[in-house]
Amino acid sequence: MKADCLAQLSGVSKRFGKIVALDGLDLDVRRSELLAVLGPNGAGKTTAISLLLGLRQPDTGTALLFGQSPLKVETRRQVGVMMQEVALAPELRVREQIDLIASYYPDPLSPEAAMEMTDTTALSHRPYGKLSGGQKRQAQFAMAICGRPKLLFLDEPTVGLDVQAREMLWATLRRLVDDGASIVLTTHYLEEAEALADRVAVLAKGKLIASGTVNEIRALVVRKRISCVTTLAEQDVAIWPDVQTVNREQQRLHITVSNAENVVRHLLAADDDLQELEVRRAGLSEAFTELTQETQR
Amino acid sequence: MNTMNNGRLVRAYLTEAKYETVRMLRTPAFAIPFLALPAGLYLLFAVVLFGDALRMDERAGWFVFTGFDVFGVMGPGLFGFGMVVAMEREQGLLTLKRALPMPAGASLLAKLLMAMLFGSLVTLTMIVAAMTLGHLPITAEQAWTIARINTLGSLPFCALGLFIGTLTTAKSAPAFTNLIYIAMIYLSGIMFPLPASMKAQAQIWPAFHLAQLTFIGLGSTEVGGPLVHVVVLTAITVVFAGLAIRRLARVG
Repeated sequence: MKADCLAQLSGVSKRFGKIVALDGLDLDVRRSELLAVLGPNGAGKTTAISLLLGLRQPDTGTALLFGQSPLKVETRRQVGVMMQEVALAPELRVREQIDLIASYYPDPLSPEAAMEMTDTTALSHRPYGKLSGGQKRQAQFAMAICGRPKLLFLDEPTVGLDVQAREMLWATLRRLVDDGASIVLTTHYLEEAEALADRVAVLAKGKLIASGTVNEIRALVVRKRISCVTTLAEQDVAIWPDVQTVNREQQRLHITVSNAENVVRHLLAADDDLQELEVRRAGLSEAFTELTQETQR
Repeated sequence: MNTMNNGRLVRAYLTEAKYETVRMLRTPAFAIPFLALPAGLYLLFAVVLFGDALRMDERAGWFVFTGFDVFGVMGPGLFGFGMVVAMEREQGLLTLKRALPMPAGASLLAKLLMAMLFGSLVTLTMIVAAMTLGHLPITAEQAWTIARINTLGSLPFCALGLFIGTLTTAKSAPAFTNLIYIAMIYLSGIMFPLPASMKAQAQIWPAFHLAQLTFIGLGSTEVGGPLVHVVVLTAITVVFAGLAIRRLARVG
Protein backbone atom coordinates (compact mmCIF):
# COMPACT_ATOMS: atom_id res chain seq x y z
CA MET A 1 0.00 0.00 0.00
CA LYS A 2 1.45 3.38 -1.04
CA ALA A 3 2.35 5.92 1.66
CA ASP A 4 -0.23 8.46 0.50
CA CYS A 5 -2.99 5.85 0.33
CA LEU A 6 -5.27 5.78 3.39
CA ALA A 7 -7.72 3.08 2.35
CA GLN A 8 -7.54 0.46 -0.34
CA LEU A 9 -9.58 -2.32 -1.88
CA SER A 10 -7.46 -4.70 -3.99
CA GLY A 11 -9.08 -7.22 -6.29
CA VAL A 12 -12.09 -7.40 -4.01
CA SER A 13 -15.05 -9.61 -4.84
CA LYS A 14 -18.18 -10.04 -2.79
CA ARG A 15 -21.28 -12.09 -3.49
CA PHE A 16 -24.62 -12.17 -1.71
CA GLY A 17 -26.06 -15.51 -2.76
CA LYS A 18 -26.32 -15.39 -6.55
CA ILE A 19 -25.83 -11.63 -6.72
CA VAL A 20 -22.34 -10.39 -7.46
CA ALA A 21 -22.01 -7.12 -5.51
CA LEU A 22 -18.32 -6.51 -6.21
CA ASP A 23 -16.32 -8.11 -9.00
CA GLY A 24 -12.55 -7.70 -8.66
CA LEU A 25 -12.78 -4.07 -7.53
CA ASP A 26 -9.65 -1.98 -7.04
CA LEU A 27 -10.16 1.33 -5.26
CA ASP A 28 -7.89 3.57 -3.25
CA VAL A 29 -8.40 6.70 -1.18
CA ARG A 30 -5.48 9.10 -1.11
CA ARG A 31 -4.34 11.60 1.47
CA SER A 32 -6.10 15.02 1.49
CA GLU A 33 -8.53 14.25 -1.30
CA LEU A 34 -12.28 14.14 -1.62
CA LEU A 35 -13.17 11.01 -3.54
CA ALA A 36 -16.72 10.84 -4.85
CA VAL A 37 -17.90 7.27 -5.41
CA LEU A 38 -20.70 7.29 -7.97
CA GLY A 39 -22.77 4.57 -9.50
CA PRO A 40 -26.35 3.56 -10.22
CA ASN A 41 -28.35 1.72 -7.57
CA GLY A 42 -26.87 -1.73 -6.99
CA ALA A 43 -23.47 -0.74 -8.40
CA GLY A 44 -21.70 -1.86 -5.23
CA LYS A 45 -20.96 1.52 -3.60
CA THR A 46 -22.35 0.66 -0.17
CA THR A 47 -20.75 -2.80 -0.21
CA ALA A 48 -17.37 -1.25 -1.07
CA ILE A 49 -17.66 1.23 1.82
CA SER A 50 -18.82 -1.49 4.23
CA LEU A 51 -15.71 -3.54 3.36
CA LEU A 52 -13.46 -0.56 4.07
CA LEU A 53 -15.20 -0.06 7.42
CA GLY A 54 -14.86 -3.74 8.37
CA LEU A 55 -18.62 -4.26 8.42
CA ARG A 56 -18.29 -7.06 5.88
CA GLN A 57 -15.47 -9.30 4.77
CA PRO A 58 -14.48 -9.73 1.11
CA ASP A 59 -14.83 -13.19 -0.45
CA THR A 60 -11.55 -12.59 -2.29
CA GLY A 61 -9.06 -9.73 -2.30
CA THR A 62 -8.07 -7.43 0.54
CA ALA A 63 -9.52 -4.36 2.26
CA LEU A 64 -7.03 -2.16 4.11
CA LEU A 65 -7.56 0.93 6.23
CA PHE A 66 -4.39 2.85 7.06
CA GLY A 67 -2.46 -0.23 5.93
CA GLN A 68 -4.19 -2.49 8.45
CA SER A 69 -7.32 -4.54 8.85
CA PRO A 70 -10.44 -2.36 9.25
CA LEU A 71 -11.50 -4.76 12.00
CA LYS A 72 -8.89 -3.26 14.35
CA VAL A 73 -10.47 -0.66 16.60
CA GLU A 74 -7.19 1.32 16.60
CA THR A 75 -7.53 1.71 12.84
CA ARG A 76 -11.12 2.90 13.04
CA ARG A 77 -10.15 5.58 15.58
CA GLN A 78 -8.90 7.57 12.57
CA VAL A 79 -12.23 7.31 10.79
CA GLY A 80 -15.50 9.24 10.97
CA VAL A 81 -18.72 7.83 9.52
CA MET A 82 -22.04 9.25 8.41
CA MET A 83 -24.43 6.55 7.26
CA GLN A 84 -27.53 7.07 5.20
CA GLU A 85 -29.94 4.79 7.00
CA VAL A 86 -29.46 4.95 10.72
CA ALA A 87 -31.91 5.78 13.48
CA LEU A 88 -30.13 7.13 16.54
CA ALA A 89 -31.60 7.07 20.04
CA PRO A 90 -34.54 9.51 19.83
CA GLU A 91 -34.43 10.27 23.57
CA LEU A 92 -30.89 11.70 23.53
CA ARG A 93 -30.24 15.34 22.76
CA VAL A 94 -27.93 16.39 19.95
CA ARG A 95 -25.12 17.43 22.32
CA GLU A 96 -25.42 14.12 24.14
CA GLN A 97 -25.25 12.13 20.89
CA ILE A 98 -22.04 13.98 19.94
CA ASP A 99 -20.60 13.53 23.45
CA LEU A 100 -21.23 9.78 23.22
CA ILE A 101 -19.56 9.36 19.82
CA ALA A 102 -16.67 11.68 20.82
CA SER A 103 -15.95 9.39 23.80
CA TYR A 104 -14.83 6.66 21.36
CA TYR A 105 -11.89 8.76 20.10
CA PRO A 106 -8.52 9.54 21.71
CA ASP A 107 -8.47 13.29 21.03
CA PRO A 108 -11.93 14.46 20.00
CA LEU A 109 -13.37 17.92 19.53
CA SER A 110 -15.60 19.08 22.36
CA PRO A 111 -19.30 18.72 21.46
CA GLU A 112 -19.52 22.52 21.43
CA ALA A 113 -16.65 22.81 18.92
CA ALA A 114 -18.17 20.10 16.71
CA MET A 115 -21.55 21.84 16.78
CA GLU A 116 -20.02 25.22 16.00
CA MET A 117 -18.10 23.75 13.08
CA THR A 118 -21.25 22.22 11.64
CA ASP A 119 -23.63 25.05 12.51
CA THR A 120 -25.71 22.84 14.81
CA THR A 121 -25.31 24.78 18.08
CA ALA A 122 -28.96 25.81 17.94
CA LEU A 123 -29.94 22.11 17.97
CA SER A 124 -27.77 21.31 21.00
CA HIS A 125 -30.60 20.68 23.50
CA ARG A 126 -33.16 19.31 21.07
CA PRO A 127 -34.03 15.60 21.42
CA TYR A 128 -32.81 13.82 18.30
CA GLY A 129 -36.23 12.23 17.73
CA LYS A 130 -37.84 15.66 17.42
CA LEU A 131 -35.52 16.92 14.66
CA SER A 132 -36.54 17.22 11.02
CA GLY A 133 -34.87 14.94 8.46
CA GLY A 134 -32.43 17.65 7.41
CA GLN A 135 -31.57 18.55 11.01
CA LYS A 136 -30.87 14.89 11.73
CA ARG A 137 -28.40 14.81 8.83
CA GLN A 138 -26.70 17.94 10.23
CA ALA A 139 -26.44 16.33 13.68
CA GLN A 140 -25.04 13.15 12.14
CA PHE A 141 -22.46 15.23 10.30
CA ALA A 142 -21.37 16.81 13.61
CA MET A 143 -21.05 13.29 15.04
CA ALA A 144 -18.99 12.15 12.05
CA ILE A 145 -16.40 14.90 12.44
CA CYS A 146 -16.22 15.10 16.26
CA GLY A 147 -13.37 12.56 16.49
CA ARG A 148 -11.05 14.68 14.28
CA PRO A 149 -10.94 11.82 11.73
CA LYS A 150 -8.21 11.58 9.12
CA LEU A 151 -10.66 9.79 6.85
CA LEU A 152 -14.35 10.55 6.68
CA PHE A 153 -16.96 8.31 5.02
CA LEU A 154 -20.12 10.18 4.08
CA ASP A 155 -23.07 8.34 2.56
CA GLU A 156 -25.50 10.74 0.85
CA PRO A 157 -24.78 13.50 3.40
CA THR A 158 -26.97 16.21 1.88
CA VAL A 159 -30.22 14.28 1.40
CA GLY A 160 -32.99 16.37 2.96
CA LEU A 161 -30.83 19.44 3.59
CA ASP A 162 -32.01 22.91 2.60
CA VAL A 163 -29.77 25.05 0.38
CA GLN A 164 -28.20 26.93 3.28
CA ALA A 165 -27.40 23.78 5.27
CA ARG A 166 -26.02 22.09 2.16
CA GLU A 167 -23.70 25.01 1.44
CA MET A 168 -22.51 24.97 5.05
CA LEU A 169 -21.76 21.25 4.78
CA TRP A 170 -19.91 21.73 1.50
CA ALA A 171 -17.84 24.57 3.00
CA THR A 172 -16.97 22.41 6.02
CA LEU A 173 -15.94 19.54 3.75
CA ARG A 174 -13.66 21.83 1.75
CA ARG A 175 -12.12 23.13 4.99
CA LEU A 176 -11.54 19.59 6.28
CA VAL A 177 -9.78 18.61 3.04
CA ASP A 178 -7.70 21.80 3.17
CA ASP A 179 -6.70 20.84 6.71
CA GLY A 180 -5.45 17.46 5.48
CA ALA A 181 -8.42 15.12 5.95
CA SER A 182 -9.56 12.71 3.25
CA ILE A 183 -13.21 12.18 2.45
CA VAL A 184 -15.07 9.40 0.68
CA LEU A 185 -18.43 10.67 -0.49
CA THR A 186 -21.19 8.62 -2.04
CA THR A 187 -23.93 10.71 -3.56
CA HIS A 188 -26.71 10.66 -6.12
CA TYR A 189 -26.39 14.44 -6.55
CA LEU A 190 -23.89 14.66 -9.38
CA GLU A 191 -23.62 18.42 -9.01
CA GLU A 192 -22.36 17.73 -5.49
CA ALA A 193 -19.58 15.52 -6.82
CA GLU A 194 -18.88 18.07 -9.55
CA ALA A 195 -18.57 20.87 -6.97
CA LEU A 196 -16.52 19.03 -4.37
CA ALA A 197 -14.62 16.04 -5.70
CA ASP A 198 -10.90 16.01 -6.36
CA ARG A 199 -11.40 12.58 -7.87
CA VAL A 200 -14.39 10.56 -9.00
CA ALA A 201 -14.71 6.78 -9.08
CA VAL A 202 -17.60 5.43 -11.13
CA LEU A 203 -18.82 1.94 -10.24
CA ALA A 204 -21.19 -0.24 -12.21
CA LYS A 205 -22.04 -3.89 -11.69
CA GLY A 206 -19.43 -4.15 -8.96
CA LYS A 207 -16.57 -2.92 -11.13
CA LEU A 208 -14.65 0.33 -11.37
CA ILE A 209 -15.51 1.60 -14.83
CA ALA A 210 -13.86 5.01 -14.63
CA SER A 211 -11.69 6.98 -12.25
CA GLY A 212 -10.13 10.42 -12.44
CA THR A 213 -10.76 14.11 -11.86
CA VAL A 214 -14.16 15.51 -12.80
CA ASN A 215 -12.66 16.95 -15.97
CA GLU A 216 -11.04 13.65 -16.87
CA ILE A 217 -14.34 11.82 -16.43
CA ARG A 218 -16.18 14.42 -18.52
CA ALA A 219 -13.54 14.07 -21.22
CA LEU A 220 -14.18 10.33 -21.42
CA VAL A 221 -17.44 10.91 -23.23
CA VAL A 222 -17.80 12.55 -26.58
CA ARG A 223 -21.20 14.07 -25.83
CA LYS A 224 -21.68 17.80 -25.86
CA ARG A 225 -24.67 19.95 -25.06
CA ILE A 226 -26.03 22.60 -27.41
CA SER A 227 -28.62 25.09 -26.37
CA CYS A 228 -30.20 27.86 -28.41
CA VAL A 229 -33.37 29.90 -28.87
CA THR A 230 -35.06 28.63 -32.02
CA THR A 231 -38.42 28.06 -33.61
CA LEU A 232 -37.36 24.64 -34.90
CA ALA A 233 -39.59 21.80 -33.70
CA GLU A 234 -38.16 19.25 -31.27
CA GLN A 235 -39.29 16.28 -33.30
CA ASP A 236 -37.59 17.65 -36.43
CA VAL A 237 -34.25 18.13 -34.69
CA ALA A 238 -34.45 14.76 -32.94
CA ILE A 239 -34.12 12.86 -36.21
CA TRP A 240 -30.94 14.66 -37.39
CA PRO A 241 -27.69 12.67 -37.45
CA ASP A 242 -25.53 12.88 -34.27
CA VAL A 243 -28.46 14.11 -32.14
CA GLN A 244 -29.08 12.00 -29.05
CA THR A 245 -31.70 13.86 -26.99
CA VAL A 246 -33.77 17.01 -27.45
CA ASN A 247 -35.68 18.94 -24.78
CA ARG A 248 -37.52 22.23 -25.04
CA GLU A 249 -37.62 24.73 -22.20
CA GLN A 250 -39.97 27.52 -23.37
CA GLN A 251 -38.19 28.99 -26.46
CA ARG A 252 -34.87 27.34 -25.65
CA LEU A 253 -33.94 23.97 -27.13
CA HIS A 254 -31.42 21.74 -25.29
CA ILE A 255 -29.76 19.16 -27.52
CA THR A 256 -27.31 16.44 -26.50
CA VAL A 257 -25.09 15.50 -29.42
CA SER A 258 -22.19 13.25 -30.28
CA ASN A 259 -20.76 15.64 -32.90
CA ALA A 260 -21.39 19.29 -32.02
CA GLU A 261 -19.87 20.84 -35.15
CA ASN A 262 -22.15 18.93 -37.54
CA VAL A 263 -25.30 19.73 -35.55
CA VAL A 264 -24.39 23.44 -35.18
CA ARG A 265 -23.92 23.71 -38.96
CA HIS A 266 -27.30 22.04 -39.43
CA LEU A 267 -29.01 24.37 -36.94
CA LEU A 268 -27.61 27.55 -38.50
CA ALA A 269 -28.65 26.37 -41.95
CA ALA A 270 -32.17 25.46 -40.80
CA ASP A 271 -32.99 28.59 -38.78
CA ASP A 272 -31.81 32.02 -39.89
CA ASP A 273 -33.23 33.58 -36.70
CA LEU A 274 -31.45 31.23 -34.31
CA GLN A 275 -30.14 33.08 -31.23
CA GLU A 276 -28.13 32.59 -28.02
CA LEU A 277 -26.24 29.58 -29.29
CA GLU A 278 -24.18 27.80 -26.62
CA VAL A 279 -22.06 24.67 -26.91
CA ARG A 280 -20.87 22.97 -23.72
CA ARG A 281 -18.85 19.89 -23.06
CA ALA A 282 -20.85 17.13 -21.35
CA GLY A 283 -21.32 17.63 -17.61
CA LEU A 284 -20.55 14.97 -15.07
CA SER A 285 -24.19 14.01 -15.19
CA GLU A 286 -24.11 13.20 -18.92
CA ALA A 287 -20.74 11.49 -18.57
CA PHE A 288 -22.05 9.37 -15.70
CA THR A 289 -25.15 8.41 -17.64
CA GLU A 290 -23.20 7.43 -20.74
CA LEU A 291 -20.54 5.50 -18.84
CA THR A 292 -23.00 3.52 -16.76
CA GLN A 293 -25.36 2.89 -19.69
CA GLU A 294 -22.50 1.40 -21.69
CA THR A 295 -21.83 -1.02 -18.84
CA GLN A 296 -25.50 -1.98 -18.52
CA ARG A 297 -25.69 -2.91 -22.22
CA MET B 1 -2.57 9.37 18.24
CA ASN B 2 -4.85 6.40 17.62
CA THR B 3 -4.24 4.72 20.97
CA MET B 4 -6.54 5.39 23.90
CA ASN B 5 -5.09 5.71 27.36
CA ASN B 6 -6.86 3.76 30.10
CA GLY B 7 -8.55 6.88 31.43
CA ARG B 8 -10.20 7.65 28.11
CA LEU B 9 -11.10 4.00 27.60
CA VAL B 10 -12.85 3.85 30.98
CA ARG B 11 -14.54 7.16 30.14
CA ALA B 12 -15.89 5.66 26.89
CA TYR B 13 -17.48 2.74 28.78
CA LEU B 14 -18.87 5.08 31.44
CA THR B 15 -20.27 7.48 28.84
CA GLU B 16 -22.03 4.62 27.07
CA ALA B 17 -23.52 3.43 30.40
CA LYS B 18 -24.48 7.00 31.34
CA TYR B 19 -26.43 7.59 28.15
CA GLU B 20 -28.06 4.16 28.31
CA THR B 21 -29.33 5.19 31.76
CA VAL B 22 -30.47 8.59 30.48
CA ARG B 23 -32.37 6.87 27.66
CA MET B 24 -34.19 4.62 30.10
CA LEU B 25 -35.03 7.47 32.47
CA ARG B 26 -36.49 9.38 29.52
CA THR B 27 -38.62 6.37 28.56
CA PRO B 28 -40.88 6.07 31.60
CA ALA B 29 -43.29 3.91 29.59
CA PHE B 30 -40.57 1.24 29.65
CA ALA B 31 -39.08 1.87 33.09
CA ILE B 32 -42.13 2.40 35.31
CA PRO B 33 -44.04 -0.82 34.45
CA PHE B 34 -40.93 -2.92 34.99
CA LEU B 35 -40.17 -1.25 38.31
CA ALA B 36 -43.69 -0.93 39.70
CA LEU B 37 -45.52 -4.00 38.35
CA PRO B 38 -43.82 -6.76 40.40
CA ALA B 39 -44.27 -5.02 43.77
CA GLY B 40 -47.77 -3.85 42.76
CA LEU B 41 -48.89 -7.37 41.81
CA TYR B 42 -47.20 -8.80 44.89
CA LEU B 43 -49.13 -6.42 47.14
CA LEU B 44 -52.37 -7.20 45.31
CA PHE B 45 -52.04 -10.97 45.76
CA ALA B 46 -50.01 -11.24 48.99
CA VAL B 47 -51.73 -8.44 50.91
CA VAL B 48 -55.09 -7.45 49.43
CA LEU B 49 -56.43 -10.78 48.11
CA PHE B 50 -54.72 -13.49 50.16
CA GLY B 51 -53.04 -11.55 52.98
CA ASP B 52 -54.79 -13.39 55.80
CA ALA B 53 -54.06 -16.85 54.39
CA LEU B 54 -50.42 -16.07 53.67
CA ARG B 55 -49.85 -14.70 57.15
CA MET B 56 -50.80 -18.15 58.49
CA ASP B 57 -48.43 -19.96 56.13
CA GLU B 58 -44.95 -18.46 56.07
CA ARG B 59 -43.69 -20.90 53.43
CA ALA B 60 -46.45 -19.83 51.04
CA GLY B 61 -45.56 -16.20 51.82
CA TRP B 62 -41.96 -16.81 50.76
CA PHE B 63 -43.18 -18.59 47.61
CA VAL B 64 -45.34 -15.66 46.51
CA PHE B 65 -42.57 -13.18 47.30
CA THR B 66 -39.97 -15.17 45.34
CA GLY B 67 -42.32 -15.65 42.38
CA PHE B 68 -43.00 -11.95 41.90
CA ASP B 69 -39.38 -11.05 42.64
CA VAL B 70 -38.04 -13.35 39.90
CA PHE B 71 -40.86 -12.22 37.58
CA GLY B 72 -39.60 -8.64 38.13
CA VAL B 73 -35.98 -9.51 37.43
CA MET B 74 -36.81 -11.35 34.17
CA GLY B 75 -38.49 -8.41 32.41
CA PRO B 76 -35.73 -5.81 32.04
CA GLY B 77 -33.21 -8.43 30.89
CA LEU B 78 -35.48 -10.11 28.35
CA PHE B 79 -37.20 -7.00 26.99
CA GLY B 80 -34.35 -4.53 27.48
CA PHE B 81 -32.15 -6.72 25.32
CA GLY B 82 -34.62 -8.59 23.11
CA MET B 83 -36.62 -5.66 21.83
CA VAL B 84 -34.00 -2.95 22.05
CA VAL B 85 -31.25 -4.94 20.32
CA ALA B 86 -33.63 -6.06 17.56
CA MET B 87 -34.66 -2.43 17.04
CA GLU B 88 -31.11 -1.08 17.09
CA ARG B 89 -29.99 -3.78 14.65
CA GLU B 90 -32.81 -3.03 12.24
CA GLN B 91 -32.39 0.73 12.45
CA GLY B 92 -28.67 0.59 11.75
CA LEU B 93 -27.46 1.87 15.12
CA LEU B 94 -25.46 -1.27 15.91
CA THR B 95 -23.96 -1.16 12.40
CA LEU B 96 -22.91 2.46 12.91
CA LYS B 97 -21.32 1.59 16.24
CA ARG B 98 -19.45 -1.31 14.65
CA ALA B 99 -18.10 1.07 12.02
CA LEU B 100 -17.13 3.60 14.68
CA PRO B 101 -14.32 2.89 17.15
CA MET B 102 -16.66 2.04 20.00
CA PRO B 103 -14.69 0.01 22.56
CA ALA B 104 -15.43 -3.72 22.39
CA GLY B 105 -18.78 -4.61 23.93
CA ALA B 106 -19.40 -1.11 25.37
CA SER B 107 -22.97 -0.96 24.11
CA LEU B 108 -23.84 -4.46 25.41
CA LEU B 109 -22.09 -3.82 28.70
CA ALA B 110 -24.09 -0.62 29.18
CA LYS B 111 -27.33 -2.51 28.57
CA LEU B 112 -26.18 -5.26 30.93
CA LEU B 113 -25.51 -2.77 33.72
CA MET B 114 -28.89 -1.20 33.05
CA ALA B 115 -30.68 -4.57 33.36
CA MET B 116 -28.73 -5.36 36.55
CA LEU B 117 -29.64 -1.95 37.98
CA PHE B 118 -33.30 -2.64 37.18
CA GLY B 119 -32.99 -6.12 38.73
CA SER B 120 -31.61 -4.68 41.95
CA LEU B 121 -34.24 -1.91 42.05
CA VAL B 122 -37.03 -4.45 41.53
CA THR B 123 -35.67 -6.58 44.37
CA LEU B 124 -35.32 -3.52 46.59
CA THR B 125 -38.95 -2.48 46.04
CA MET B 126 -40.06 -6.07 46.58
CA ILE B 127 -38.12 -6.30 49.87
CA VAL B 128 -39.56 -3.00 51.10
CA ALA B 129 -43.09 -4.09 50.12
CA ALA B 130 -42.65 -7.52 51.76
CA MET B 131 -41.17 -6.15 54.99
CA THR B 132 -43.73 -3.39 55.44
CA LEU B 133 -47.11 -4.34 54.03
CA GLY B 134 -46.40 -8.02 53.41
CA HIS B 135 -45.28 -8.67 57.01
CA LEU B 136 -42.53 -11.06 55.85
CA PRO B 137 -39.70 -11.34 58.37
CA ILE B 138 -36.71 -10.54 56.11
CA THR B 139 -33.47 -9.78 57.95
CA ALA B 140 -30.94 -7.26 56.67
CA GLU B 141 -28.55 -10.12 55.89
CA GLN B 142 -31.21 -11.98 53.87
CA ALA B 143 -32.12 -8.77 52.04
CA TRP B 144 -28.48 -8.15 51.12
CA THR B 145 -28.07 -11.78 49.97
CA ILE B 146 -31.14 -11.84 47.72
CA ALA B 147 -30.34 -8.37 46.35
CA ARG B 148 -26.97 -9.70 45.16
CA ILE B 149 -28.53 -12.94 43.84
CA ASN B 150 -31.15 -11.07 41.86
CA THR B 151 -28.76 -8.44 40.53
CA LEU B 152 -26.50 -11.15 39.11
CA GLY B 153 -29.60 -13.22 38.35
CA SER B 154 -30.47 -10.71 35.59
CA LEU B 155 -27.60 -12.02 33.48
CA PRO B 156 -29.16 -15.21 32.02
CA PHE B 157 -32.27 -13.23 31.03
CA CYS B 158 -30.08 -10.58 29.40
CA ALA B 159 -28.28 -13.32 27.45
CA LEU B 160 -31.58 -14.90 26.40
CA GLY B 161 -32.97 -11.49 25.42
CA LEU B 162 -29.84 -10.67 23.45
CA PHE B 163 -30.14 -13.97 21.59
CA ILE B 164 -33.79 -13.20 20.72
CA GLY B 165 -32.76 -9.69 19.64
CA THR B 166 -30.17 -11.03 17.21
CA LEU B 167 -32.66 -13.42 15.59
CA THR B 168 -35.77 -11.28 15.29
CA THR B 169 -36.85 -8.08 13.61
CA ALA B 170 -38.01 -5.01 15.53
CA LYS B 171 -41.63 -5.92 14.78
CA SER B 172 -41.41 -9.59 15.74
CA ALA B 173 -39.16 -9.16 18.80
CA PRO B 174 -42.00 -8.16 21.22
CA ALA B 175 -44.02 -11.22 20.20
CA PHE B 176 -41.09 -13.64 20.55
CA THR B 177 -39.95 -12.08 23.82
CA ASN B 178 -43.47 -12.25 25.26
CA LEU B 179 -43.76 -15.86 24.15
CA ILE B 180 -40.64 -16.83 26.09
CA TYR B 181 -41.53 -14.50 29.00
CA ILE B 182 -45.06 -15.80 29.53
CA ALA B 183 -44.13 -19.44 28.92
CA MET B 184 -41.31 -19.16 31.44
CA ILE B 185 -43.51 -17.51 34.09
CA TYR B 186 -45.94 -20.42 34.01
CA LEU B 187 -43.76 -23.40 33.10
CA SER B 188 -40.96 -22.62 35.55
CA GLY B 189 -43.40 -22.92 38.43
CA ILE B 190 -42.42 -19.62 40.03
CA MET B 191 -46.01 -18.38 40.27
CA PHE B 192 -47.85 -21.53 41.35
CA PRO B 193 -46.83 -25.07 42.33
CA LEU B 194 -46.61 -27.33 39.29
CA PRO B 195 -48.20 -30.78 39.13
CA ALA B 196 -45.73 -33.64 39.58
CA SER B 197 -45.80 -34.45 35.86
CA MET B 198 -44.52 -30.97 34.97
CA LYS B 199 -41.83 -30.58 37.59
CA ALA B 200 -39.01 -32.09 35.54
CA GLN B 201 -39.44 -29.65 32.62
CA ALA B 202 -39.33 -26.66 35.00
CA GLN B 203 -35.60 -27.18 35.32
CA ILE B 204 -34.90 -26.04 31.77
CA TRP B 205 -36.04 -22.50 32.65
CA PRO B 206 -33.59 -20.04 34.22
CA ALA B 207 -36.45 -18.52 36.25
CA PHE B 208 -36.79 -21.82 38.12
CA HIS B 209 -33.12 -21.83 39.12
CA LEU B 210 -33.12 -18.15 40.12
CA ALA B 211 -36.20 -18.78 42.28
CA GLN B 212 -34.42 -21.69 43.96
CA LEU B 213 -31.37 -19.52 44.64
CA THR B 214 -33.64 -16.82 46.10
CA PHE B 215 -35.23 -19.43 48.38
CA ILE B 216 -31.76 -20.45 49.52
CA GLY B 217 -30.85 -16.79 50.06
CA LEU B 218 -33.93 -16.47 52.27
CA GLY B 219 -32.66 -19.37 54.40
CA SER B 220 -34.62 -22.28 52.92
CA THR B 221 -32.92 -25.66 53.27
CA GLU B 222 -35.58 -27.59 51.35
CA VAL B 223 -34.25 -27.06 47.83
CA GLY B 224 -30.68 -28.37 48.26
CA GLY B 225 -27.41 -26.54 47.67
CA PRO B 226 -26.90 -23.55 45.41
CA LEU B 227 -24.17 -25.02 43.21
CA VAL B 228 -26.33 -26.75 40.61
CA HIS B 229 -28.48 -23.63 40.13
CA VAL B 230 -25.43 -21.37 39.80
CA VAL B 231 -23.92 -23.75 37.24
CA VAL B 232 -27.14 -23.93 35.18
CA LEU B 233 -27.63 -20.12 35.22
CA THR B 234 -23.97 -19.56 34.29
CA ALA B 235 -24.21 -22.09 31.47
CA ILE B 236 -27.37 -20.47 30.07
CA THR B 237 -25.68 -17.05 30.21
CA VAL B 238 -22.49 -18.22 28.50
CA VAL B 239 -24.20 -20.27 25.78
CA PHE B 240 -26.83 -17.69 24.74
CA ALA B 241 -24.51 -14.68 25.05
CA GLY B 242 -21.86 -16.56 23.05
CA LEU B 243 -24.32 -17.48 20.28
CA ALA B 244 -25.67 -13.92 20.17
CA ILE B 245 -22.28 -12.20 20.10
CA ARG B 246 -21.11 -14.59 17.36
CA ARG B 247 -24.18 -13.76 15.31
CA LEU B 248 -23.80 -10.01 15.89
CA ALA B 249 -20.17 -10.18 14.74
CA ARG B 250 -21.15 -12.09 11.60
CA VAL B 251 -24.30 -10.39 10.43
CA GLY B 252 -24.68 -7.32 12.67
